[in-house]
Amino acid sequence: MVTLLLPGPLRGEAGGASRLSVDAGGTLRAVLDELAGSWPLLARRIRDERGELRRYVNVYVDGEDCRHLGGLDAPVGDAAEVQVLPSVAGG
Amino acid sequence: MATLLAIGTAKGLFLATSRDGRRGWQVSGPHFPMTGVYAVAIDTRRAIPRLLAALSSSHFGPSVATSDDLGASWHEPGQAPVAFPADTGVALGRVWQLTPAGPGQPDVVWAGTEPSALFRSDDGGVTYHLVRPLWDHPHRERWGAGFGGQAVHTVLPHPADADRITVAMSTGGVYRSTDGGASWSPGNTGIQAYFLPDEWPEFGQCVHKVARDAGDPERLYAQNHHGVYRSDDDGRTWSSIAGGLPSDFGFPIVTLPRRPGSVFTFPLTADSQRFPVGHRCRVWRSVDAGGSWQPLSAGLPEGPFYPAVLRDAMCADDAEPGGVYVGTRSGEVYASRDEGDSWSCVAAHLPDVLCLRAAGV
Repeated sequence: MVTLLLPGPLRGEAGGASRLSVDAGGTLRAVLDELAGSWPLLARRIRDERGELRRYVNVYVDGEDCRHLGGLDAPVGDAAEVQVLPSVAGG
Repeated sequence: MATLLAIGTAKGLFLATSRDGRRGWQVSGPHFPMTGVYAVAIDTRRAIPRLLAALSSSHFGPSVATSDDLGASWHEPGQAPVAFPADTGVALGRVWQLTPAGPGQPDVVWAGTEPSALFRSDDGGVTYHLVRPLWDHPHRERWGAGFGGQAVHTVLPHPADADRITVAMSTGGVYRSTDGGASWSPGNTGIQAYFLPDEWPEFGQCVHKVARDAGDPERLYAQNHHGVYRSDDDGRTWSSIAGGLPSDFGFPIVTLPRRPGSVFTFPLTADSQRFPVGHRCRVWRSVDAGGSWQPLSAGLPEGPFYPAVLRDAMCADDAEPGGVYVGTRSGEVYASRDEGDSWSCVAAHLPDVLCLRAAGV
């Protein structure tokens, strides 16, 4: 079971939870696809309708920026921790 | 009846309510803090008015939310309300315009988007689908982007004929449909594009905003990227009405729903000098369909004034006499309850005002 850690601004889209358990693994894409089935509003805050990560959302797999691990193809182990964080954007 | 003024800003939605004939206002917000609200609509066709807000988070993307209790609570569907189909390979930038259709289509709401596209909702503005014929228009690959992005920013359903819809985009210009959106033709004859080698092209103009006259549905007014125009044939051809204005540059153009021939602008000096003319806060009004213009200043700030007014940051309400509202990039909102003769401040020190809409509720 993968653990998904959510930042404050997205917890409202997850019923107030700061962490979710996602029954998927293999790649980050598979985790986020599974998330879209259960929490669609949360999922579309993270990815656009093409399935791509939004530019100013960062996702870390076991502490490593997924963009350095192959992006959505980043390997995600069964017990991995996936953390979503907004980047330092905005004015 | 109360009057509701929805104020979309760069960092959230503020709602101003007047219950004393638009003399005093109570302001709540921000709703959706730290989220750009680029379009709002107050759909008064419903028994309970519905508020619609186009949201744009710099982190978490665009969306549309609705409220059936005047902003006390908001709803967003799980699926994206406005999304491009997979085969387009395109992602929504943001929604720039939300426009309820005419009274004969009470569940239809139109959305204009970035990139330039039109979406239609048949469930009162909760979910939308792409209007393919405009997206597939052969001109699309040559529509350009202004500094603010490439977007359909104006949607004008014909009040008496549901098959007739006019949209405007920057850049690209005006496009018209007379068959409910099944086909589209440019309607830019007479609008100059000084920034192109051919200054009178079929399309490619940078139309900033278009408004429809209250009395004659065939009559439209356009504020262009330099140029103020009127059409008397539902957007097929246009003639300049800029004579009498201190500048033909600006972004908004607004009509009063109950006063034929009344039209308002907020002129800026020039493309290269985007300050109010003479550094004075002045709304300009015509009561003869652009034949002549008068500056309005009673109650507006005196002294040097530098903020601009964006294309959707001016609006009118549906009351008698008409109310007119202006929001600035410096976060001030001014209201007139006498069709522009006098003004008072509704709110100040807000984030940049992006859009305004007002209605009796």
